[in-house]
Amino acid sequence: MKLLLKIWRQKNANTQGKLVEYVVDHVSPDMSFLEMLDVLNENLVDKNEEPIAFDHDCREGICGMCSLYINGRAHGPQTGVTTCQLHMRSFKDGDTIYIEPWKANGFPVIKDLVVDRSAFDRIIQAGGYVSVNTGAAQDANCIPVSKQDADKAFSAATCIGCGACVATCKNASAMLFVSAKVSQLSLLPQGKIEAKDRVLNMVKQMDAEGFGNCTNTGACEIECPKGISLENIARMNREYLVATITSEK
Amino acid sequence: MSEQTGLLKSSLSKKYLMAISGLFLIIFLTQHFIINLLSVFSADAFNNTSHFMGTNPLIQFVIQPILILGVVFHFVMGFLLEKQNRAARPQKYAFSNPSANSTWMSRYMILSGAVIFWFLALHFYDFWFPEINTKFIQGDMSGLNIDGNFRYHEELLHKFTNPIRVSIYILAFIFLSLHLLHGFQSAFQSLGARHPKYTPCIKNLGTLYAVAIPLGFAIIAIYHFFSH
Repeated sequence: MKLLLKIWRQKNANTQGKLVEYVVDHVSPDMSFLEMLDVLNENLVDKNEEPIAFDHDCREGICGMCSLYINGRAHGPQTGVTTCQLHMRSFKDGDTIYIEPWKANGFPVIKDLVVDRSAFDRIIQAGGYVSVNTGAAQDANCIPVSKQDADKAFSAATCIGCGACVATCKNASAMLFVSAKVSQLSLLPQGKIEAKDRVLNMVKQMDAEGFGNCTNTGACEIECPKGISLENIARMNREYLVATITSEK
Repeated sequence: MSEQTGLLKSSLSKKYLMAISGLFLIIFLTQHFIINLLSVFSADAFNNTSHFMGTNPLIQFVIQPILILGVVFHFVMGFLLEKQNRAARPQKYAFSNPSANSTWMSRYMILSGAVIFWFLALHFYDFWFPEINTKFIQGDMSGLNIDGNFRYHEELLHKFTNPIRVSIYILAFIFLSLHLLHGFQSAFQSLGARHPKYTPCIKNLGTLYAVAIPLGFAIIAIYHFFSH
């Protein structure tokens, strides 16, 4: 396959970026999208040009490191996959592909397609933990957890923090991410103890990072590679409402 | 209010207030629709109800100000949220395909809201300002015309003789429908009212409401236009 790529190039956070055109040839349909970019970068290095910076790590859809806004959609045209799991068979010979970084106030561009997602780390630091004493672990059966709650907590915990929800949201809102991190803990008995402070602190940090508000378009749920449900956002809304009214702080 | 909770400051709180004011306006719209419907079936019933609504002190001086405050609040908050949301993505995407994952209605609430805002300006010009003028500036609380009959039904018919005005009203009802198609169910989600048993019912009820009420308003306007 021969493709025309329009790739966002930006030197650093302080400079203006722009789309630059590249042609990449001999692309196999079996390549992953990132492998296609590797080929392009090898060509650029051969020509003594600056290779394109993009994030990647595990390349098996579990680390949340790869990103890319491909042809107007987070992680490309497929749903339920990260960019590393997207294959070139999703495109046709002669296609033009737009490749842009996540664009959000909370995710400043570091270089080219790489953005700084440490806002997510700070949100987790604000409350995404359970305080437990160290020592001998108690018997697992001491704290009963219903299968239903365990399953919901587990699905919320599958969030890999890639930021596709923010990237795809028209308001660059981080509600799906934050609600998943709130839910995975508050659904379980160990997490309930700090639930009020957690939701208050994490939402406060989310707002401080400059993410937008939620309009309930549902785009995040569709583009999330892990299928995190809007149910989590409703749960966070509920918890925050109760916590705001009843918190003593 | 404590520094941490900031009930009126956080993004979530703004959404609660948006949802509550929206649901309040939905309730008002239902009441407005029922009274309008009376105008089709009985001029007398419409006149009597209008006179009651227009002269009852509780409605005029307590409920009406709350309603106006609710409308103004919903608009102001809507534009404030839109401003913040735009600021959250200062650099737009060169290529975006939002229809792949969201409905037009959900993305353009600000546009449908703005159309409804301009419609309300016309609607106030048509009915509310003349009403306030007659009652509180000229001091005529009788609700009667020169012939000694109630004036409300006659005034209503008079407004719907102009095809351009009827068309503008119908256009506004289409945008009202689009606004409600997303807004009704979205208000429940914003308040955290989501449940596997009830949410599908709320969504269906929302769709039914968003289609039936604006369609009803439009049919009433068309009915009066052709009944001349």
